[in-house]
Amino acid sequence: MSALIVNNLECQRGYNQLFSNLSFQVNSGEVLRITGANGSGKTSLLKILAGVNALEQGEINWNQYSVKTDEYQQEIFYLGHQAALSGELSSLENLEYLSTLNKTAEQQQLVQALVKVGLKGYEDEYCANLSAGQKRRVILAGLFVSKAKIWLLDEPFTALDPAGVKIVESRIEQHCNHGGLCLFTTHQDSALANQRILAL
Amino acid sequence: MNIYLQTLNRDLRIALRNPSSVLNPLLFFIISVSLFPLAISPEAATLSQIAAGVIWVASMLAVLLSLNALFHHDHENGVLEQMVSSHHSLPLLILAKITAHWLLTGIPIILLSPLLGTFLFLDGEGVKVLMITLLLATPSLSLIGSIGASLIVGIKNSGMLLSLLILPLYIPILIFASSAVSQAQFGLAIDGQLYFLAMFLLLSLMSAPFVSAIALKISLE
Repeated sequence: MSALIVNNLECQRGYNQLFSNLSFQVNSGEVLRITGANGSGKTSLLKILAGVNALEQGEINWNQYSVKTDEYQQEIFYLGHQAALSGELSSLENLEYLSTLNKTAEQQQLVQALVKVGLKGYEDEYCANLSAGQKRRVILAGLFVSKAKIWLLDEPFTALDPAGVKIVESRIEQHCNHGGLCLFTTHQDSALANQRILAL
Repeated sequence: MNIYLQTLNRDLRIALRNPSSVLNPLLFFIISVSLFPLAISPEAATLSQIAAGVIWVASMLAVLLSLNALFHHDHENGVLEQMVSSHHSLPLLILAKITAHWLLTGIPIILLSPLLGTFLFLDGEGVKVLMITLLLATPSLSLIGSIGASLIVGIKNSGMLLSLLILPLYIPILIFASSAVSQAQFGLAIDGQLYFLAMFLLLSLMSAPFVSAIALKISLE
């Protein structure tokens, strides 16, 4: 059984202590929903877990591999606030590049992934011409090809319509049933099964 | 290696679909060089004396002008975060971006230089040496520039800051490259200058991607 274990994590932004002595464990198959007011450190926590921000104090381990090692980083799928898309590239090209950066399944499945998030016919559309919700869907299509075990999703449901939310939720459930784990932040209620809540 | 080619391919594709970002520095290069004969004197003797310096200064400023965009867009749209959190080596990804930058600014400058050199009455030997120095030194300009560009990622209106950070490091290249061309015009040996430029290229190739990676991580926090 693999688990993401966080020990005594501390985060400081400027003069503000966002959180300290934060310890928790997420086992494979579990979903952890991180809640908290604006500015309580949800995004910072995910960025530290994703290895984007420095670990100031504490430990983060996945199967004895600590954060920022290659073995840890290749298990990470991180979705940030920004869309991570270039307007000059088509949705398929964007997805292609992002999936080479991450550990992913075969490239042939990319078109299918776009179909699954409801972007059939938009494969060759430049991302500059897509709506905010559609851009979000392109990024979330990455979930359908990702082989990473640890999903860190920062506000995955923003700009999505109810149908889109449902697609993503069912994908997260499928991921957890296959031994993955997912940490996500949201201000909306989520109907995901098997979820625990971490309040910052 | 695959990820290097993919990143290079992506950057080139983005640049070619947005050609104004590539053409702006090149137009600046051509225009600034071609204004000198109008402002100083159209005499062959005067112009051939200053040709090497003028072309070198203009190409340096053109590179500087294009550096701002090196990481800017990827930072704004969040791709940089994905690069940092990826398990691929960040210096390798940065080296791919630097290569793309050199292919899009360095190579066109090298190809334009014989034309502009002839404008300024540079003789055949001078043009040849000018192209060799540009070939040896423009990669260094891109490499060193990436350090500055990664330090200022996320700072608004940072053009001035970039020049202050980078220009002092460009000065040795400028001195040796332009002195090589003017010495060649007098038929003197230029081995020393070329060795120096080659050494600078190797040093920056070995260090700049790593330093830029550290600087990028700091800037993203």
